[in-house]
Amino acid sequence: MADTPFQVAGSEGKEEKNISAAELLVDSAKSGVLAVQSYAELCGRTLVNMVVGPHYLQDTLEQMDFIGAGSMPIILLAGFFIGAVMVLQTGSQFIRFGQTSLTGDVVAIALVRELGPAFTGLLVTGRCATGIASELGSMLVTEQVDAMRAMGTDPNRKLVVPRVLASLLMLPLLTAIMDFIGLMGGCVASVFSLRLSAIEFWRRAIDALDFADLMQGFTKPVVFGFILATIGCYKGLTVRGGTQGVGRATTQAAVLGSVLIIVADAFLTKVALFLADKVL
Amino acid sequence: MSSAVTAPTDSGPAIQFEDVRLGFSEGDILRGVSFQVQPRETMILLGETGTGKTLTLKLAAGLLSPSAGVVHVLGQEISGMGEAELLDFRRKIGFVFQEGALFDSMTVADNVAYRLREDRVPEEEIGPRVLEALRFVELEHTLEQVPSELSGGMKRRVSIARALISLPKIVLYDSPTAGLDPVTSQTIITLILRLRDVYSVTALLATHRLQDGFALANFHYDAKANRVVHNERNGNASTAREVARTRFLVYRDGGVYFEGEPEEIANSKDPYLQRFLV
Repeated sequence: MADTPFQVAGSEGKEEKNISAAELLVDSAKSGVLAVQSYAELCGRTLVNMVVGPHYLQDTLEQMDFIGAGSMPIILLAGFFIGAVMVLQTGSQFIRFGQTSLTGDVVAIALVRELGPAFTGLLVTGRCATGIASELGSMLVTEQVDAMRAMGTDPNRKLVVPRVLASLLMLPLLTAIMDFIGLMGGCVASVFSLRLSAIEFWRRAIDALDFADLMQGFTKPVVFGFILATIGCYKGLTVRGGTQGVGRATTQAAVLGSVLIIVADAFLTKVALFLADKVL
Repeated sequence: MSSAVTAPTDSGPAIQFEDVRLGFSEGDILRGVSFQVQPRETMILLGETGTGKTLTLKLAAGLLSPSAGVVHVLGQEISGMGEAELLDFRRKIGFVFQEGALFDSMTVADNVAYRLREDRVPEEEIGPRVLEALRFVELEHTLEQVPSELSGGMKRRVSIARALISLPKIVLYDSPTAGLDPVTSQTIITLILRLRDVYSVTALLATHRLQDGFALANFHYDAKANRVVHNERNGNASTAREVARTRFLVYRDGGVYFEGEPEEIANSKDPYLQRFLV
């Protein structure tokens, strides 16, 4: 062992270079498993704390305002144009068969079952999961989370539960707004582009929907809300490396949250279709 | 707030580390640390950057668990406690973080009142106590300001007010004067000194400035005269020293390099200790 701290640091640096590719692979596999384990632990603790008090009502209301009311502009704007684009695309195909009256049916089913929940989940992930990750990450690197623990507060109860609860409550509401405003956009596009009557569009759109569609359309946002809030919190509370780490965590929250929502969507759709077939 | 906090009633040490080890993937930072802090004593923890001073404070607060060894605080073995037990335990201690660690989304008043609100103290009681704590650190005019509007020194003073609001028996200070100008540093040390002598708290103070330790060792707060006075000039040096004893603990290479009285470190010819005297 060398005498000075510099020599010791140098020798450690050399040792690091000798790590084989196999060891690197094992290390990254271990850290992957560890990340899944700690995410599952955070989710489990959050679910327990959501049931068992104390609860922070004021923080939950503030988060509902941030996630719900704060996301309204992007939901309204994106929803309107998604509905309009749906009508323009499907209408251009239906014109070939002289079946433009079916546009209302297609847009309603696609929006309520799939596009409404998925787009709401992805848009809110882009806005809120990143916001949550950066806020909690900044709190972590400035020792505010440690200060909270030092004063006897469980950060999971104070920081994670209000965000997850707000997200679970707000996502279905935002999805409902997205569905409605999407149909409004579709209606405007069908009136001006396909020359359909607005009453006919709405009548067909409403008739096309049944209970199974609504169940599917409002179950998905609950799951998406849980995913985006827990991913945001997890990435924020596991930041490493100061402010640069906060930036990395924010990006990872957006990417991981979006990917998980799309993957979950595929499974949920399969389950919902299976249940609709068997039960309803 | 006016009633002084009583020292732990049991005769045992307020903080006790027994062969404590703490390591991360990069290697061990603390390699078998043992020391004791007696009730009402101030222990000055000196060491170069990266020697584990902050980790020691976090171990004493139960924010970290040791890899090996035992940590006793206020007669309780905290190294074996679960997080739920530790949350309750931490209400008995105060922690002043290096940069203050104030909640930046809250006002100064809300920061100081945080712990009282967590303990469901009635609102009509919270206001006067917050004002008294802020008056103690001479920042009663900042009630409605947010931390981003405060200077570095003011943030630390608010952090001290936040730590003392629940009248803790032990206060842990993490480099409270780091990065501050000499005048502000002196203000912070004076506050720590007053907190020690008015509320009789036990303190573990991590720093790399030896003069902070000597100031705490050589001065005391005279409540009657309402000013800080030198122990020798007060004519009852031994009494003052006995009331609030100050000792030094120096870390080197993950272990305790020196533990002793202010006179011992001041008169030491050891080259490593003399680095701190410069």
